[in-house]
Amino acid sequence: MTFQQPRVETSPKVSDEVRQTTCYMCACRCGINVHMKDGKVAYIEGNRDHPVNKGVLCAKGSAGIMQVNAPSRLKAPLKRVGPRGSGEFEEISWDEALEIAAGWLEPIREDDPSKLAFFTGRDQSQSFTSFWAQNFGTCNYAAHGGFCSVNMATAGIYTMGGAFWEFGQPDWDHTKLFMLFGVAEDHDSNPIKMGIGKIKARGARVIGVNPIRSGYNAVADDWVGITPGTDGLFILSLVHCLMKAGKIDLEYLSRFTNAPVLVNQDPNSPDKGLFLRDDHGAPLVINRTTGKLAPFDMHGVRPDLGGSFELDGIKHITVFQLMAERYLKDEYAPEAVAERCGIPAKRIRAIAAELARVAFEEAFELDQEWTDFRGEKHEKMVGRPVAMHSMRGVSAHANGFQTCRALHVLQIILGTVEAPGGFRFKPPYPKPVEAHPAPHCRVTPSKPLDGPHLGFVHGPEHLALKTDGSPARIDKAFTWENPMSSHGLMHMVISNAHAGDPYKIDTLFMYMANMSWNSSMNTKGVMEMLTDTDENGDYVIPRIIYSDAYSSEMVAYADLILPDTTYLERHDCISLLDRPICEADGAADAIRWPVIEPDRDVRGFQTVLVQLANKMGLPGFTREDGTAKWQDYADYIVNHERKPGIGPLAGFRGENGDKVGRGEVNPEQLDKYIENGGFFVEHIPDEASYYKPWNMAYQDWAVNLGLYDSPQPYLFQLYSEPVRKFQLAAEGHGERQPPEHLRERLKETMDPLPIWYETDQTGNEGFTVNALTQRPMAMYHSWGTQNAWLRQLHGRNPLYVPTKLMREHGLQDGDWAKVSSPHGSITVPVMEMAALNDNTVWTWNAIGKRKGAWALEEDAPEATKGFLLNHLIHELLPARGDGMRWANSDPITGQAAWFDLKVKIEKAGAPEEIAESQPAFPALKSPVGTGPKELKWKVGK
Amino acid sequence: MTELPTTTDRKMGLVIDLDTCVGCHACVISCKGWNTENYGAPLSDQDAYGGDPSGTFLNRVHSFEVQPDEGHAQLIHFPKSCLHCEDAPCVTVCPTGASYKRVEDGIVLVNEDNCIGCGLCAWSCPYGARELDLAEGVMKKCTLCVDRIYNENLPEVDRVPSCVRTCPAGARHFGDLGDPNSDVSKLVAERGGMDLMPEMGTKPVNKYLPPRPKDQIEDQIDVLAPLLAPVTEEAGGFMGWLDKALDKLPGGAS
Repeated sequence: MTFQQPRVETSPKVSDEVRQTTCYMCACRCGINVHMKDGKVAYIEGNRDHPVNKGVLCAKGSAGIMQVNAPSRLKAPLKRVGPRGSGEFEEISWDEALEIAAGWLEPIREDDPSKLAFFTGRDQSQSFTSFWAQNFGTCNYAAHGGFCSVNMATAGIYTMGGAFWEFGQPDWDHTKLFMLFGVAEDHDSNPIKMGIGKIKARGARVIGVNPIRSGYNAVADDWVGITPGTDGLFILSLVHCLMKAGKIDLEYLSRFTNAPVLVNQDPNSPDKGLFLRDDHGAPLVINRTTGKLAPFDMHGVRPDLGGSFELDGIKHITVFQLMAERYLKDEYAPEAVAERCGIPAKRIRAIAAELARVAFEEAFELDQEWTDFRGEKHEKMVGRPVAMHSMRGVSAHANGFQTCRALHVLQIILGTVEAPGGFRFKPPYPKPVEAHPAPHCRVTPSKPLDGPHLGFVHGPEHLALKTDGSPARIDKAFTWENPMSSHGLMHMVISNAHAGDPYKIDTLFMYMANMSWNSSMNTKGVMEMLTDTDENGDYVIPRIIYSDAYSSEMVAYADLILPDTTYLERHDCISLLDRPICEADGAADAIRWPVIEPDRDVRGFQTVLVQLANKMGLPGFTREDGTAKWQDYADYIVNHERKPGIGPLAGFRGENGDKVGRGEVNPEQLDKYIENGGFFVEHIPDEASYYKPWNMAYQDWAVNLGLYDSPQPYLFQLYSEPVRKFQLAAEGHGERQPPEHLRERLKETMDPLPIWYETDQTGNEGFTVNALTQRPMAMYHSWGTQNAWLRQLHGRNPLYVPTKLMREHGLQDGDWAKVSSPHGSITVPVMEMAALNDNTVWTWNAIGKRKGAWALEEDAPEATKGFLLNHLIHELLPARGDGMRWANSDPITGQAAWFDLKVKIEKAGAPEEIAESQPAFPALKSPVGTGPKELKWKVGK
Repeated sequence: MTELPTTTDRKMGLVIDLDTCVGCHACVISCKGWNTENYGAPLSDQDAYGGDPSGTFLNRVHSFEVQPDEGHAQLIHFPKSCLHCEDAPCVTVCPTGASYKRVEDGIVLVNEDNCIGCGLCAWSCPYGARELDLAEGVMKKCTLCVDRIYNENLPEVDRVPSCVRTCPAGARHFGDLGDPNSDVSKLVAERGGMDLMPEMGTKPVNKYLPPRPKDQIEDQIDVLAPLLAPVTEEAGGFMGWLDKALDKLPGGAS
């Protein structure tokens, strides 16, 4: 009998329509094609034309359909009717919600705008939210950078005018050696995966430096399972080896960095350690052709890396000589650092040698002329095919700023930054510190703040201090405790507000920040602070407004909930004024637009801010006659101009939509974006594509596009003068002086050349095991577990324990372990992992959920077996000898030092002996109920 | 019992690069999305927001640790779906003829109209690549996106399985493994592509590219060490070396 094959429909209709918008499952912001059937979302795939993802899409993005239909979506504005934390709410109208919010905020504004602390979490509209906060007039605004990767961003900007990820990317087309430091699985997502795939396909080598060999480190050709917190020491040992062998790019160092700049060496001078400058403030170098002083940017100058210059009896030597004096010392030799780093000296040497081999023996040239900022023409572009990338693994330590600086110094001495094959900036970067604003903090009742909240300090004169020297900001950003805290310290807001230190606030207003759960250190303590009452029975933090699209753990702790839309129901702009999505070859921005209408009484948070501003008549949002400039966020996106001709979106400007970067408002702009697939790209000309900080073709292109107002060529700052200025103050120079208890620490940590120091180990006696978290590629922060498809991938998070510690503690997979830190203890299930640093345990972050949140049933494994390490981490370090408790943050930037955690573990019981992870909290009352039992999702019939 | 075709015109299948797969599950969810909306019954989920969630997936990624005799342990991400075997036991075991292998391209499919959900095919598959959908009571498996790869409503570039289209690392390749000149066949030849469990005699069409050898940098130290020879052994000689080195640069003294 011959089998008759059934007829299969091989060309079914795919969808009625494809709507192209931007994903929101993480900060990658990929382009997506949303296939619609019968007006509903049927299928989501990557947009092939999009500059970020070029068609691919990760698990989170593909599971977007479960996100927009998640049962955890909030349905209407809520007013708290029970005690805080109870989850007792009643639904109210938007009119009432806005009335309540304005009723709380208006008196604050008239009295003291700083009584409002407005902090946005994983906000992708910071240029807008900060504009709102400025016009409200409070100095207390920031987003989540302080507890994320401010070390990385700040060290990058101060050193080379840009950092990793949104600031730049490896030259995937040319690199032959790619080295990752402390990159878990999420930052950034698709572009790194695409890049690794691309370079591995042509046989390039990948070296992964990470205590945990998962994700990208699992596919690395060589894995360096480093001891957490010692990356800086390892990197400086690589610098030592390369300098000692002369395997450094001298030409690059002399032309493009401050290595030849002269530094004052007079021990008694108030300018000690500062640069020798000419009358116009330009740093001076010795011109090798004349032996005379010359400004660094003089036409034809050949800056000398060696030599010294005596002026008025004061000796000046070059930055390069200071580097040689420091890094050639034996204390940086591989043999001297090997044990602390947990890396054999031979391996460190092999990696240094391989860096040297690829950078110099595999150097190549691109046949592309270019002209530098000194007017010198170059026939070719010299390629050094070594690229690096780094994220939170090095950033989230209290020595992270200096470690990130060290990493950039390593990149720079090899001549790889902005060279073909190396690391490339993405517009609007490169951008030197001087082109960024300094922080502003002057508050005046009923007036806007005196300028942008966040920025880059150049020295003590820019600290956000009141006239009495006390912190101006509630989070104590830009104070002597953390002078260069460019992203603020969101992780300190609640504890400071609760303590009334530096002052009390009235209203805490937060957006997309799960502060009563996975986004806070000391989670239980934060819950107590949010619910604590004073002697009159009033809440210590009087009012809390919170906006979220979902029923997160934080909802129960607010007095007023402003429900946000999902990402497919809203307008957004991914703006060059903000955290852009550019590529090394072009400037790009994008929009979100409502590809479906909400089926609930919810509004996009940014639109709510516009409505609230209009209601309060905030300057910036309203005209002199009190009428509103914009009705909603879409209106703002199109019609707001930051400067004449420059608005949130760079594409399709001007009356006819044909102007780029600078141009009049175009009322049809959003339609143009939609026609174009939801994004806009302007390519960089070939002659401008590398050496951007010094390439006049790039500088001119950037000015035309509106990225700068004038060309901004600059030198890479191997030696950071702003850092030195704080150290100099600590040495007793200058008017603004640090408090005595911080003086020594400032002297030690504010070193203008990268150093490594062990982070503060106060109170860690007996706690010897490093404990880390990572986020899985398939989850975005806390959003993942409400997603019916994704939670089947990562529905629980064991503590991964290395084989050695499993044996030592008699543990087997599934056993429960008690894990303690100086701050507390948790009881959690364990699982053995061999591909892990011998003295490190770790788990997935933000899988653990509180019962009652996220529309999950109370027996969900996320709530019963899942857990947070956050309970073990305090925002303050244990008390020191003098009784003081210092913040658990980097002393330079205030970066939350999540990964400095040290623990001890002991067996707590067999799998059947313990029912739930500890601590367990009472279930929250859910404002949305729980999801359906079974899903059979099919939109088209 | 259902017969297998003696030959197929083409042998369409996947080549999965274990050297590059980072274990991100993009393929798993993209597959779930496409195949929930398309071919046959949706891929259902049980206890979707509860204590023991489970659902139907046509493609899953497993992760294995490998401990070599010497050196560090490694983590291998291993995506697995139907391998569209030439000698597919899931077809010959099917009592109703629902399970079949297509003559034109070798794709193994289930005709859901004839499937009684008996589960024999899942039992016979040595790879565990079939899943019974609990809501619909029919057997689900990878269709190699038969409703995409010939779909005239899709642009030509998109006529690939959804897992291949979405894979961020480019670790998944699709093509005719019966044609020795196809890109996928060449890739298999170059990289030593392997059958999964060849001893089962199922002759899988899908191939896996093995991970490249890892952690070898230290072994190359003898070759690399000369690169780190100090420029000078004399104390304080570094700046002297620098001076001479600067002279050698373009525009320098010599």
